[in-house]
Amino acid sequence: MVNLTKRIGALVLRLAAFGAALAALIVMVTSHERASFFAVSLEAKYTDMAAFKYFVIANAVVSVYSFLVLFLPKESLLWKFVVVLDLVMTMLLTSSLSAALAVAQVGKKGNANAGWLPICGQVPKFCDQVTGALIAGFVALVLYVLLLLYSLHSVVDPFLLQKS
Amino acid sequence: MAVSKLVLAATSGKSSKILLGLRVLAFLATLSAAIVMGLNKETKTFVVGNVGNTPIKATFTAKFQHTPAFVYFVVANAMVSFHNLLMVALQLFGGKTELTAFRLLSIAILDMLNVTLLSAAANAAAFMAEVGKNGNKHARWDKICDRFATYCDHGAGALIAAFAGVVLMVIISAVSISRLVQPNNKCSISTAASPSVAP
Repeated sequence: MVNLTKRIGALVLRLAAFGAALAALIVMVTSHERASFFAVSLEAKYTDMAAFKYFVIANAVVSVYSFLVLFLPKESLLWKFVVVLDLVMTMLLTSSLSAALAVAQVGKKGNANAGWLPICGQVPKFCDQVTGALIAGFVALVLYVLLLLYSLHSVVDPFLLQKS
Repeated sequence: MAVSKLVLAATSGKSSKILLGLRVLAFLATLSAAIVMGLNKETKTFVVGNVGNTPIKATFTAKFQHTPAFVYFVVANAMVSFHNLLMVALQLFGGKTELTAFRLLSIAILDMLNVTLLSAAANAAAFMAEVGKNGNKHARWDKICDRFATYCDHGAGALIAAFAGVVLMVIISAVSISRLVQPNNKCSISTAASPSVAP
């Protein structure tokens, strides 16, 4: 009975992580704004920054992986690979989120020492959508850390609770 | 007993020697990345204009503190190198401490946390360095590497060391997790020894 509850909990967690990664992906891809600024037209898309492209690719990989693991049968031998791949996906998520955050922070505040002006004043809707995508990415990351701990617990028995 | 067999497998054997060597390498890599980026500073004077015939010079400095991603890079590399130093010291100088199951688990979890921390730091610094090297014409951000070449070179060296540290920490994580797995031959002994129950 406890095992069934734990399995359903893990399934719900993975579904939620899949949803969060998919949401981050979709919100970032649909962020697009055109603004004109002193007869100069400025169009902001997610492809302008390499970090945002990496964020989209990483979240796409994580979404596809979560979707595939949702259908993995209980007794399959591939659960040992799920531990390793969960760690890889967590690292992918943190690195993409961290890179996108670093670049977005420069876009919002600028960098006075390098002479880089912030762009959020001119394209506020783009900035808001990128912020939303980053928050969804952060939620996916937290869920993935929990999933990693659960996979580790189910494949390896770290507390050695079983006597045989 | 399951606990003693796991502890025996973990303290002796090749895995602890491999782990020691990998941890020393990771400590050196992350420490050098933190130090090189921490001391990264370049000052240069440029001619910014002309008043009549005399050129006006202004001095500009490129420091790692100007970019928050680089500050996070230095802090994260320092933390990971400290973690590795602690683990190496524990293995070398804490020879009689018992490696209980809880301690092995906490070492594995700490290794995983450190690898994600380090990979986030290295990646953020890499993307910020890419913006500094190539600029971004959509946002009208000029590149700075053509003017501060030494600063960029030192940053690139620190980044390479940090990525080497990431690869080493992933391998260390994998070895730490594999030390948690129980040896399999325990089950056959217990089933053979269990007597049949008579009502």
